[in-house]
Amino acid sequence: MADTLNFDLVSPERSLASFEATAVQIPGSEGDMTAMANHEPVLTTLRPGVLSVSASGGVSEYVVTGGFAEVTAQGVTVIAERAMAKADVNQEDMDGIIAGAAEAVEKASEAAQEAARKVQSDLAVLAAALGLNAG
Amino acid sequence: MPNLSDLKNRIASVKSTRKITKAMQMVASAKLRRAQDAAQAGRPYAERFNAVMVGLAASVGASKGGPKLLTGTGSDQTQLLVVMTAERGLCGGFNSNIVKLARIAAKQLLAEGKTVKILTIGKKGRESLKREFGAFLVDHVDLSDVKRVGYDNASEIAQNVLHRFDAGEFDVAKIFYSEFGSIVNQIPTELQVIPAKFEAATDEGTVYDYEPSEEGILADLLPRSVATQIFTALLENAASEQGARMSAMDNATRNAGEMIDKLTIQYNRSRQAKITNELIEIISGAEAL
Repeated sequence: MADTLNFDLVSPERSLASFEATAVQIPGSEGDMTAMANHEPVLTTLRPGVLSVSASGGVSEYVVTGGFAEVTAQGVTVIAERAMAKADVNQEDMDGIIAGAAEAVEKASEAAQEAARKVQSDLAVLAAALGLNAG
Repeated sequence: MPNLSDLKNRIASVKSTRKITKAMQMVASAKLRRAQDAAQAGRPYAERFNAVMVGLAASVGASKGGPKLLTGTGSDQTQLLVVMTAERGLCGGFNSNIVKLARIAAKQLLAEGKTVKILTIGKKGRESLKREFGAFLVDHVDLSDVKRVGYDNASEIAQNVLHRFDAGEFDVAKIFYSEFGSIVNQIPTELQVIPAKFEAATDEGTVYDYEPSEEGILADLLPRSVATQIFTALLENAASEQGARMSAMDNATRNAGEMIDKLTIQYNRSRQAKITNELIEIISGAEAL
């Protein structure tokens, strides 16, 4: 029985990572989950957060701001709206993302208001976790 | 017969035109490579996204009361045509082919008694549609300051379209863009994005757990799917534009070369004729003595 799974991380603009991993921690919108090999097939949306992938070579971390993840027994595919390596995220990027979220809250219709606010608060938590200023 | 200095000027001007078209061709080919890379890099995302959407739509879409983005508003009375063209000209038939396709579609819809609204992306499309369909243009997205289209641009356009949909401004949205076949072959394409149409699901056999609910995920993903489709279209369009410009400029360079050859022959002939004339005059002058 294989104890690794294929991990793929794709964003609209490029494919960021694709390798064999042992465990993937996913910031799901309903809470974090860790997927390992032979996980039951799950489809979940993402909240802004840190995606942490353990592989034989160590742990790599990525910041994602939304999208969804597809977990199957063979692998995990994270389809992120925006994703970057955790080390590459700087204050400027964060400011841009947070400003975008604030704008989304303003523009959001009544029904979408709550979801937009949730994204905003998740972003603030994320920024704090990264040691950045949440603006 | 045109005089010699005129011909000489003409040749010089065609030569400089050839230099310009040659340079434009080289610039376009460099940009094409970049645009193609971008389109390539965006493909995995779009493919994965679609695969998931197909599965989801198949399981949820069948039931009534699914999200409007998937099932439609139940009418197709008002149609929004999103016409994507380039910001610049000099790229052969690229812009006019897209506009032509959109125009035919708009005319047909009007003939069927439907209401047509047009949203243009790219200056060229707006210019050519303004004359005929000026009254139907509802908005215009200017990308002339954007050097490289990113997902953010697509996302913004999608927001714009979705807001209009939520406000009940239209029932069906279609995008018009050009698919990149090859450098010499760009295919003007019409694609319906709202309500979303997914190809029949291939039986995958994987049953997923959904978190949150199936409907929740679908509601979250459908707007993104619109953005993804627009993004893919923008990338294809960018590659097509450069491809079209490259082949158009290649043709122009070749034509300029031919013209220079022709003019040079004409110039040489006139010069020879002039010399011959002068000789005849001298000889006949000498004979007369």
